[in-house]
Amino acid sequence: MMNDPKIGMSLIVKTVTRLTVGLILLFGIYIVLHGHLSPGGGFAGGVIIALSFVHLMLAFGKDVALKKLSKNLASNLESIAALMFLSIALFGFFGGAFFSNIINKGVPFQLFSAGTIPLSNLAISLKVGVGLFAIFLALVILEESKRK
Amino acid sequence: MPGANIIPLFVIIPLFTAFFISLIGRFIKSTYVDIVSGLSSFLLLIFSFWGLAILGRCPETALVYKIGGWLPPFGICMVLDGLSNFMLVTVNIIAFLVVIYSFNYMEKYTDKPKFYTLFFLMLTGMNGVIVTGDLFNLFVFLEIASISSYALVAFGTEAEELEASFKYAIMGSVASAFIFIGIAFLYGFTSTLNMADMARVLSAKPSNWAVPFVSVLFLMGFGLKSALVPFHAWLPDAHSSAPASISAMLSGVLIKTLGVYALARIFFNVIGASGTVLSVLMFLGALSMLVAVILALSQWDLKRLLAYHSISQIGYVVLGIGLGTPLGILGGLFHLFNHSIFKSLLFLNSGAIDYSARTRDLREMSGLRKKLPVTAGTNLIASMSIAGIPPLNGFFSKLIIILACVQKGHIGYALAAVIASVLTLASFMKVQKFAFLGPLKEKYQAIKEVPPAMKFAMVSLATICILGGLLLLPSFSFFLNNAVNVLSDGRDYALAVFGAVLK
Repeated sequence: MMNDPKIGMSLIVKTVTRLTVGLILLFGIYIVLHGHLSPGGGFAGGVIIALSFVHLMLAFGKDVALKKLSKNLASNLESIAALMFLSIALFGFFGGAFFSNIINKGVPFQLFSAGTIPLSNLAISLKVGVGLFAIFLALVILEESKRK
Repeated sequence: MPGANIIPLFVIIPLFTAFFISLIGRFIKSTYVDIVSGLSSFLLLIFSFWGLAILGRCPETALVYKIGGWLPPFGICMVLDGLSNFMLVTVNIIAFLVVIYSFNYMEKYTDKPKFYTLFFLMLTGMNGVIVTGDLFNLFVFLEIASISSYALVAFGTEAEELEASFKYAIMGSVASAFIFIGIAFLYGFTSTLNMADMARVLSAKPSNWAVPFVSVLFLMGFGLKSALVPFHAWLPDAHSSAPASISAMLSGVLIKTLGVYALARIFFNVIGASGTVLSVLMFLGALSMLVAVILALSQWDLKRLLAYHSISQIGYVVLGIGLGTPLGILGGLFHLFNHSIFKSLLFLNSGAIDYSARTRDLREMSGLRKKLPVTAGTNLIASMSIAGIPPLNGFFSKLIIILACVQKGHIGYALAAVIASVLTLASFMKVQKFAFLGPLKEKYQAIKEVPPAMKFAMVSLATICILGGLLLLPSFSFFLNNAVNVLSDGRDYALAVFGAVLK
């Protein structure tokens, strides 16, 4: 399906996409994981993660991207991410105050530090990444149904 | 202060319910979805009354919850005072009854879990706007509530609904932009976003161009959200094409929470209501009252007629609050409560007619009283209440507003209120005559009264309509008086909040 010349863009685009899409995803994950240390964070990283899937969809067509992340899975993951974020806040609620950072903060500027903040970043990145992908998917499906 | 611990629950419960339903809604039967949402909104109702009890017991006038344990003004805080609690009770009564009503009413739409998801997100936004003590947080919650309401207006995905939703989204975004710019200017001017701290800084600083400028931006922004007359164009479309239970939420509480409550909170407690702003508010209120009721007279679409009446009744509320006297504010807030009740009831009635007779056009229906006795009875009560017939609740609040106008010497506004009330009566007599009285048409011989859940919601609201006047009795009056005190204290809001923080 990936090499079908009738679907998606030209061979050049497909080859470049194949080379870069993993790097984009990796960069997104990097931004998310270092959210508490450097500029960026859950939202920015989530957008980059979503862009890697959108990139796949643009180059190879809808079906290839949907095989990696289906519509139902996307909408489930979105709800799960929101609930994850809320439950991280709730941990704080039962341990003192809503959103309070009750986990051990660790050494500053280490990757594993800052308590609940990296966890919140993970939840936000999942929510934003999957949400943006779902919005893009909805637009694609709408456009297709209009053409038919 | 353990009592303050219930404050974040007003955001946590609906937010959790929203995403929980969207996650599991596809796998379980819709009955369980109904049960989960009913339980959740019932919990919110309980908590809002519990908040009333806690606030009555504690010596301070406000309860403050520090999010993340950070001290305001550095961290975000949530504030529960008389006004917040008044609004919470209003919003959650309506939300609970609308959820009950939706059990049956939303059957005709395909995706019930998605409806509840959006509904509870909207509720999260509204509860958040009410309890937050931080200006930017208020904006965020306002956007949550607005964006879910755009989606809810388009829930039927017919052409007319999509057009209304698009118009509403554009106007709503313009309003949000004005509010956002206003907040940015205020932040630049005061270097703080906490509302109580902002009030403190503003009263210490000499006044300059920034405050009137920001006042105008907020007037436009919140005026658009609450659909005062020059800014009302989106409301009749949006409120008439949404599903009836959503219209009840939008007209009943959304425009009041995002519009009137936020306007009053910011102008009275943060910026400090100057005479100019108050006179603009009074003028806009009186204008909305008269223009919208005249526009309503000629409507034949039942829901559109009700939507125009929402604008007109919001005019009363804003006129009352704009008077700035304790009596005026009491009238305004009392009318806000009453209007939530009877306007939701009227929209639920229109939904019931639509459910049974499948029409919204007044010329199509006739003699429905014989087939829909509960709907007709509750509609009669709500119509009399909105027109201000004693002894229903609408009469008392209108009377207080008119008395307050006279007391402050604004005879013209008092007269305008009386005229608008008479025209309201005329317009609802039209509804009664065309919808419920007269001979029953042939095609409606087979229709049946709506299911019990819908009846329950309508009858409960009608009961509150009848008993609403009792809120003025001395033993219940703390509910309104606490709210009035918050607004008439003005910038002493800062003292109340910081007093509660330092305790």
